[in-house]
Amino acid sequence: MIFRSFGWSEVWFIVQSAQWTLLLTAMGLVGGGIAGFLLALARVSTAPWLRVAAGTYIQLVQGIPVLMILFLSFYGLALAGLQLPPIVAAGISMTIYVSGYFAEIWRGSIQAVPKPQWESSASLAMTRAQQFRYVILPQALRLSLPSTVGFAVQVVKNTSIASLIGFVELARAGQLINNATFQPFRVFMVVAALYFAICYPLSRWSRRLERRLHARSAH
Amino acid sequence: MPEVLIEQVHKSFGPIEVLRGVSLAVEKGEVTALIGRSGSGKSTLLRCVNGLETIQAGRITIAGHTVSTDKAALRALRRDVGIVFQSYNLFPHLSVGANIMLAPRIVKDASRAETRAIAEEVLALVGLSEKFDAYPDELSGGQQQRVAIARSLAMRPRVMLFDEVTSALDPELTGEVLAVMERLAQDGMTMLLVTHEMGFARRVASTTVFMHQGMVHEQGPSKALFAHPATPELAQFIKSDIK
Repeated sequence: MIFRSFGWSEVWFIVQSAQWTLLLTAMGLVGGGIAGFLLALARVSTAPWLRVAAGTYIQLVQGIPVLMILFLSFYGLALAGLQLPPIVAAGISMTIYVSGYFAEIWRGSIQAVPKPQWESSASLAMTRAQQFRYVILPQALRLSLPSTVGFAVQVVKNTSIASLIGFVELARAGQLINNATFQPFRVFMVVAALYFAICYPLSRWSRRLERRLHARSAH
Repeated sequence: MPEVLIEQVHKSFGPIEVLRGVSLAVEKGEVTALIGRSGSGKSTLLRCVNGLETIQAGRITIAGHTVSTDKAALRALRRDVGIVFQSYNLFPHLSVGANIMLAPRIVKDASRAETRAIAEEVLALVGLSEKFDAYPDELSGGQQQRVAIARSLAMRPRVMLFDEVTSALDPELTGEVLAVMERLAQDGMTMLLVTHEMGFARRVASTTVFMHQGMVHEQGPSKALFAHPATPELAQFIKSDIK
C-alpha cells in the first residue's frame, strides 16, 4: 500500500472543506438565532399555552442528541417519502439544535433583568412590546453575550456531525486525508488550527462587544 | 370629584388580607402622606392606585380614570399618573437624558426636539441639568432618585405617587430629594406619598393618613394629626419615630 504524501494540495483540500463548516455554522446560527429568539419570547409570554409549547420543544431538543435530529430529518423523512437534499436536512437539523439552546440562554437573560425594570417601564405607560424593545431586551442582550458566544463556538465544532450524511467538512476532510497519507499528527494539527481560526475571532469579537456594551452604560 | 378616590378597597396576597376596606380621597393640588408601620399596607395601597397590584374589591379612580385590569385602560391611566419607587429603577443602559425622553417619545409620539426640550426642563427642575449625558451608575442615590422624579414628570402627569422614595438614601441625600418634592407640592402637583419622613409629612402634606393593620386608622390635617393624635396607636407610632 502506497501512502500519498501530505503536501500543499492536501492542505488545500482541507482548507476548502472549511467552507462547509462555515456554511453549516452560519445556517445553524442564523436559523437557530431567529427560531431561538421567537422561542425565548414564547417562553416569557403571558400566554400559558405558548410557554408550555415552547418549553416542551426546548426540552425535547435538548434531550435528543443532535445526531438523532440529523438522522431523523435525513433518513427518517426519506422513509416517510420526503427526500431532502443533504444541505437542507443539515440546515434544518442545525436550526433545530441551535434554537433549543439559544432559546434557553436568552430566556434566562430576559428573566435576569430585574423585575423593577418591568414595573417602572409599565408605569410609564409603555406597551409590553415597547418594554421588550426599549428596556428589557437591550439589558438582556448584554447579559446573554458570554453564553451566546460560548454556545456559538460549540456549534462550529458540532457541525462535524454533518459528515455522517455525506458532507466533507473540516473533520471529515481531515479524516479522508489522513486515510490517504497516514500523517495523523500533521493532518489533524491543520484541522485543529482551522477550527481555532474560526472560533478564536468569534470569542475575541464577543469580548470586544461586551466591553463596548458595558462602556456604553458605564461611561 | 377628588383627583384620587379610593373606596372600600380590599387586597389579599394569598390568605393574608393586606388591605381591609380602605377609603380615602385626595383633592386636586393637595398632598396626602400615608404613614404607618411596615406591613400596614401603605405601599401596597399605593401600588394598587396605578394598577401594579390588582384589588379584589372596591373601587379606585384617579385623574379621571378608573383602575381596572384592562391593559389599554391601565396605559391611559399611567400616562396621567407618575410613580417613583424606593429603588429609583432608572434604565441602566440609557443615559439620563435618554431615560427621561424614552417614554414621551414612544408613548406620546412626541418629536425629538419636543422631548429634548421637556427633558431639559424637568432636569432643570430637579437641579441636574449638567447630568444630561451621564449614565445612572455615575450618579449618587439622591441624584438617581431626582432623575427618576424628572422621568415621571416628563410625561406631564396629573398625579404623582411616591413610594418611600427616600428610604434607600442617607440623611444628607434625603434632603435634596425632599426639596424637589416640596417644590412640586408648592407648584400645585397632586401627590400621594408613602413616607417615613414624619417631619416632611407634617410640613408638606395637607393631609396625613395613618394606616394600621390594613385599614385607615386615623386621618386628618397633618399639623393637627401630629400634634394631637386621637388614637393610642398613632400616638405610639409618632413617639417611636422621635426616639
